[in-house]
Amino acid sequence: MGTSVCNCKSEKFKQLELIIAEHKDQPGSLIPVMHEAQELFGYLPLEVQTVIAEGLDVPLADVYGVATFYSKFTLQAKGQYQINVCLGTACYVKGAQLIIEKVADMLKIKVGETSQDGLFSLDATRCIGACGLAPVMTVNEKVYGQLTVDKVEKIMKEYLDTVGRDKNANA
Amino acid sequence: MDMINLKIDGLDVSVSKGTTILEAAKELKIDIPTLCYIKKLNEVGSCRVCVVEIEGKRGLQPACVTNVSEGMVVSTANKTVRETRKNILELILANHNRECLSCPRNLKCELQKLCNEAGVDNVYYEKKALRSPVSASLSIVRDPGKCVLCGRCISVCANVQNVGVIDFAYRGPQTAVTTPYEQNLSENSCINCGQCIEICPVGALQEKDDTDKVWSAIDNPGLHVVVQVAPAVRVALGEEFGMPVGSNVEGKMVSALKRLGFDKVFDTDFSADLTIMEEGTELLDRINNGGKLPLITSCSPGWIKFCEHNYQDFLDNLSSCKSPQQMFGAVAKSYYAKRADIDPAKIFVVSVMPCTAKKFEAVRDEMQVNGYREVDAVITTRELAKMIKLSGMDFTKLPDGTFDGILGESTGAAVIFGATGGVMEAALRTVADILTGKDLQDIDYKEVRGLEGTREATVEINGMEIKLAIVNGTGNAAKLLDKIRAGEANYHFIEVMACRGGCINGGGQPIILDKSKTEEVRQRRAEGLYGIDRSKEIRKSHQNPEIKELYADFFEKPGSHKVHEHLHTHYVKR
Ligand code: SF4
Ligand code: SF4
Ligand code: SF4
Ligand code: FES
Repeated sequence: MGTSVCNCKSEKFKQLELIIAEHKDQPGSLIPVMHEAQELFGYLPLEVQTVIAEGLDVPLADVYGVATFYSKFTLQAKGQYQINVCLGTACYVKGAQLIIEKVADMLKIKVGETSQDGLFSLDATRCIGACGLAPVMTVNEKVYGQLTVDKVEKIMKEYLDTVGRDKNANA
Repeated sequence: MDMINLKIDGLDVSVSKGTTILEAAKELKIDIPTLCYIKKLNEVGSCRVCVVEIEGKRGLQPACVTNVSEGMVVSTANKTVRETRKNILELILANHNRECLSCPRNLKCELQKLCNEAGVDNVYYEKKALRSPVSASLSIVRDPGKCVLCGRCISVCANVQNVGVIDFAYRGPQTAVTTPYEQNLSENSCINCGQCIEICPVGALQEKDDTDKVWSAIDNPGLHVVVQVAPAVRVALGEEFGMPVGSNVEGKMVSALKRLGFDKVFDTDFSADLTIMEEGTELLDRINNGGKLPLITSCSPGWIKFCEHNYQDFLDNLSSCKSPQQMFGAVAKSYYAKRADIDPAKIFVVSVMPCTAKKFEAVRDEMQVNGYREVDAVITTRELAKMIKLSGMDFTKLPDGTFDGILGESTGAAVIFGATGGVMEAALRTVADILTGKDLQDIDYKEVRGLEGTREATVEINGMEIKLAIVNGTGNAAKLLDKIRAGEANYHFIEVMACRGGCINGGGQPIILDKSKTEEVRQRRAEGLYGIDRSKEIRKSHQNPEIKELYADFFEKPGSHKVHEHLHTHYVKR
């Protein structure tokens, strides 16, 4: 691994130590610290959870439990393209499940995962309040509505072309 | 004290303020069924099995976490309560892999008992366990498909043992009790103590079964299979056969082992005496020659792993003595092999232990003698019971057998190793004789006995003051070591056992179906051991004739070079 990566990482870990120091000894500090850590790193990998556990003197199992309980925490780095498919009631009844399966299939990842090249991540979200457009999907800030399996296939093809990824290659 | 008057099932009762409905009902001999509740340990009110109806309140309330109030009128078994309770159990069963016939917990399962008592006669939901597959470490097997999410194991692991490697994770129907990233328990700081197994109401946790290894060794004519049995096993094994708690079944156990086909039936009590010879010498040496103090005992492998993970600054305080289990193996494959003229490569050593951590200890790298593994297979008290049942013996009717020589003789000092404070007392008996040069008769060190989690005492022997501490449960050990670190306490000698109460309550001991009796069971098992001690003619380790023979013949003297090669070890940072 290049040292430059390490440096910027250790910088973030230094900041994490500060965050922990600030909250230490306050009751109920776990969730705020995890929240700030997530903003700092973008996600909560095992190393970060370990530092938090040791810093706040709580078992790692607790940190992991909280991280997996609240959907606002994520254990994996998000992709350059963050894809969210709404599985709220309105979208669901209009076939969002088929949409999300199609996307997962094309990206060769499971829901909740990030592709190994770090380009795409796929999540199911709760209602995003665009029920009129159901079923809905967002890619970063961009919203796509009234999707069908065919439509979503076309959209995803374009993204895959843009990043130059061979659709048949294994992600 | 403020008293509260209430009515439960039409009966008047008056209890102090702050009492739960569950406890108040107990006063009236009304047993409200519970599942997740363990007094003082897991009072979370999550399973709802204990629901009762309170007049004037909407819905039902959990009795285990609802406090009484003046004039309350409670029904614990009316139609609504009965139906709801049954329904709750049915819902639990809906997400439970129901395989009682092949389940390790069959007949000792709280869920089974509850369903039976609540009249659950049909399960209306499809059987489906949404959880992860079975995972096994060297000591512990977790079967999430049978977990009822009571959270008891989490409480024991975090709050009694101070380990905290398991917790709830995920949400909704995926909720599970698991480790971070579903690690196997052998990949993290789990100390293999098995206290989670003992507290689990169902078959979601059990020991890793090694009986197959033992059966195939017995069936292999090319092997000389010897077995050793730890002190605490003999006062608990009887429970598996319906005998009263605390019964001493040593004689029957020896007969059973002989019938199972072991070539020699030996006693870990023998090597416990050997441990005292070495540890006593080590203590005096450290005190007299400015060695590292306090000396901390090293018999309990759960404690050792705990120390290696969390208190690395105390590793030099640990006694370098191997545990009795390992000393036995080392002696069996050297001294015994020589005396019996058997190739050590052909000797297969089996241990019967009250402990799941012993399975881990046996495979530690350091635990080898002349290139041989000291112990080849470790089974728990429960696994031995299983083997006996499988072979169709009527255990309660077996005649009393006696251990084989030359590794079978033991003293009263050795047998009390199985209870918290026992190692300390055994060591004191020998140390006192060495220091005074006498054969002291007053050898009951009552000040170190008891079941409290932390005890302190100072004894004076021949003008030498020795400050002692005894802790059981790694959580209590942690608190004590923190105090020492902070300079708030100091001792010469500390005994640590990883499990509350010591080995009598180890993670491999018979399951106590009624958990509210745990305290009482510990007490009775401990009394069983002290009873054996009293009945022994020889009660001090250094007077064990076979131990004397071992030194004369093989080791020369305690602390000799050869002893160090065979019986001492070192520890690693984890
Ligand atoms: S845990 Fe209890 S109810 Fe479940 S299969 Fe085992 S014995 Fe049966
Ligand atoms: S064996 Fe002991 S340390 Fe390991 S999970 Fe169970 S209670 Fe915790
Ligand atoms: S494993 Fe056992 S003790 Fe732990 S939560 Fe599940 S059922 Fe309860
Ligand atoms: S026993 Fe009361 S809620 Fe579980």
